[in-house]
Amino acid sequence: MPRALVTGNHAAGHALALAGEANRAARGCACGAYPITPQSEIIEYLRGFNFTKGDIVPVESEHSAMAVCIGASLGGARAFTASSANGLSYMTENIFAAGYYRLPIVLIAVNRTLGPPWNIWVDQGDSLALRDAAMLQFYTESHQELVDTILVAFRVAEDQRVLLPALVALDGFVVSHTQMIVDLPEQELVDRYLPACEVPHRLRVDHPTTIGGLTWPRETEHHRREIQDAMERVPEVLNEALDEFEKIFGRRPLGALSAEHTDDAEMVLVACNTMVRTLRRVVEERRAQGQPIGMINHKLFRPYPRAELLKAIGSAKKIGVLDRNHSPGSGGIFWQEIMTTLRERPDVLVQDYLVGLGGGDVTPRIINKIIDDLAKRAKADEPVWQEVAA
Amino acid sequence: MSTTTVQQEETRGDRLLRPGNTNCAGCGMSLGLQMIEQALDGEVPMLVIPACCGIVAAGAFPTTAFGAPVAASTFASAAAVATGLSVVAQLNAETHPTMCWTGDGGTYDIGIATVSGAAERNDDMMYFCYDNEIYGNTGGQRSSATPEGVKTTTTPFGKVERKKDMMAIMAAHHIPYAATLSVAHRDDFIRKVRTARATRGFRFLLMLSPCPTGWKSEPDESVDLIRYAVGCGLFPVYEVFDGVRYRINVRPDGTPLEEYTSRQRRYKSETIDPQHIQQAIDAQWKYLDGMAKAFPADEDNRRGAKSAEGAAGSAGVSPAN
Repeated sequence: MPRALVTGNHAAGHALALAGEANRAARGCACGAYPITPQSEIIEYLRGFNFTKGDIVPVESEHSAMAVCIGASLGGARAFTASSANGLSYMTENIFAAGYYRLPIVLIAVNRTLGPPWNIWVDQGDSLALRDAAMLQFYTESHQELVDTILVAFRVAEDQRVLLPALVALDGFVVSHTQMIVDLPEQELVDRYLPACEVPHRLRVDHPTTIGGLTWPRETEHHRREIQDAMERVPEVLNEALDEFEKIFGRRPLGALSAEHTDDAEMVLVACNTMVRTLRRVVEERRAQGQPIGMINHKLFRPYPRAELLKAIGSAKKIGVLDRNHSPGSGGIFWQEIMTTLRERPDVLVQDYLVGLGGGDVTPRIINKIIDDLAKRAKADEPVWQEVAA
Repeated sequence: MSTTTVQQEETRGDRLLRPGNTNCAGCGMSLGLQMIEQALDGEVPMLVIPACCGIVAAGAFPTTAFGAPVAASTFASAAAVATGLSVVAQLNAETHPTMCWTGDGGTYDIGIATVSGAAERNDDMMYFCYDNEIYGNTGGQRSSATPEGVKTTTTPFGKVERKKDMMAIMAAHHIPYAATLSVAHRDDFIRKVRTARATRGFRFLLMLSPCPTGWKSEPDESVDLIRYAVGCGLFPVYEVFDGVRYRINVRPDGTPLEEYTSRQRRYKSETIDPQHIQQAIDAQWKYLDGMAKAFPADEDNRRGAKSAEGAAGSAGVSPAN
C-alpha cells in the first residue's frame, strides 16, 4: 500500500477521488465544489483529478455545491463535497434536503469557527450545528483515520439499509494543513471495498415519479420515522463496514467511539478530533502516576451512540466533557447529548468544559487543570469556560 | 401581429401535466406545459421544480400530476440541481432534456445567483421561467418581476420600482439561446421551444404567465391578456442567440395599453401612471429594435431547431464540461 507524506486536505481529497473513481463502472461521480478556508485544497484536488467518469462542477456557492450533489445523486451518481464554517451554514438548507431525500452524499467538514467575527481556526460548532439534519456525523483524530473514515462513510451511507448523507469532520489547520505519513489505499482495493453506488429512488424518464413534493402530516411523520429507523440501523451497518474494511485493507478504523483505560477508571474524559491526541498523552501520564483515569474518543455523533457510550463509561462516577463548541444559552453540544444519555444514571457526575474555542490550543496544561478540577468536584456545575491559550 | 392557428395534435399516452392537477383555472402554467409537451414530440424531460406553484401542481404524495420525473428542489436551487442531473445524464450518454420549471420568485429573486451560475458555466439545460410577476404561491406579494404601479399584498399603494429585465441579464451571460414565450402565440412558442431543445448548453425561456388569482383577472381572458400584453408592446416577444444576436418575433400591433391593464384589478387607476409605463415601453422597443438592427440573428438561425444547433456550435458553445 503506497505510503505518502500528505496534508489532511490532500488525504481527504484523495480519498474522495478514490471513492468517486470506484463508481466508474456504474453511474460515475459528480459534485459541486466551492472553496472556503481551510477546506479549499480539497476541492482544488478534486478539480485536478482525472476521473474516468466524473465531473466536479465549480459552482457559485456552497448552497449550490450541495444542490449539484443532490442532482447528481438523484441521477444515480456517487456524490460528495467539502466545506467549512460559514460555508456549511450557507449549505444547510440543502444538507437538510439531502437527508430528507435520502441521498447518500458524503460531506467533508473541515472544522472552523463560525463568524463573524472572522476566525479561521478550528472549532466544531460549524458541523455540530448540523446535528438535527438527517445525516451521519463522524469526527476524526488523525490523517489516517480521516482517509479510512471517508471510505467507510461512503459504504455506510450508500448501504440500502441506511441511505443517508454522511459528514466526516477533521480539525481545520491542525489536520487540514499539517502533513503526516498516510497509507493511501490503491484504487483496486477501494474498487473492491465500495460496491456500485445505487440510489434506488433515482429519477428515471421511463418511470416518472415526483420526489420531494407535498406530503400530509401522516406521511411526513412516517418519513421522519423511516429516517430514525435508518439511523438505528447504522451501528450494525457500520460494524459490517469495518469488518469488510479490515478484510480488504488489513487495518480496522475506529467505530462509534474508543474507550481507553476506562475499565477501572473513576473518572473519564470525553473529547473528539485532535483534542483526543493531547488528552491521550495526559491520561497516559496520569495512569503512569497511578491515577485511575480513562478517556473516550468520541468519533460518531449521529446517530448518537448512546449504548456504546453507556458501556464505555463503565463504573466511572465522574465524566468530564471537552467541548470545542458553544451552544449559546445552553453549553457544549457533546455535553447535552451525554447528559441525555445518562438520564438514568444520577450517580454519575457530568461536568462540561468549553475548551479551545476559536482555535485556541488545548494544551496538556489545560487538560491537567480540567482533570484537577474534576477530581475535587463534589457536584456538577454549569459548563465551565476554560480559558483559551493565547 | 402573427395569427395563431390552433391545431389539435394527437395526445400521447401520458401527459407532461396530467388532468387532475391543482392549478387554478386560467393559469399560464397549464397552457405553457401543454405547449412544451407538444414541442417535445413525446420526449420525456427530467424536470426540476423549486418550491413554487409549479410543485404544488403535482399534488400530494403519493400521486403526481406530472408525466415526467420531477425533483422538487429547495427554492433557490433549481438550476444547480438540474446541473447535477444534467452532468450525470451526460456521463451516462443519456439524451433526455433536463428542464427547470420555475416562477419569477425562483428566477428573478431568490434563485438568481443559481441561475447566473448555471448560465455562466453554460450547463446543459432548458431553464423555463413562468413569470406571473408576483409571489403567487405565498398569496400575492411583490417580486422584482412585478411591474411598476401594480398593487400586491406587500405593495398596497402600488409598486414604485420598475420590473427587472431578466432577458437582458441572461443575454449578458452570452448563453446560446434566450427567448420570451407568449401563450397567445402558440406556433412561435412551440418553434422556440424546439429551437431550445436542439441547442446545447444553457437555454433560457421566459414566459409571461397569466395568474387570474394574483392578477385579479377572469380565467377565460388569460390568453387574451397575453395577446394584449404583446400587442401593446409591454411584453416583447423575441429571441437572443449567444447573447448578442437579436430577433424580434412578434411586433406590437397598436393595442392600447388600457386593453391590458383595465382587465386586471391589480392595476389600479390611482397607482399606475399610464404615460410613464408607455414611455418605458417605447424606450425598451427603441433598445430592442436597435439591437435587432445592429446585431441581427443570421439567416441560418431562422430555420429553427437544426440550424440553432449550428449557431451554438459556430459560437464555440459546447455542452457543459
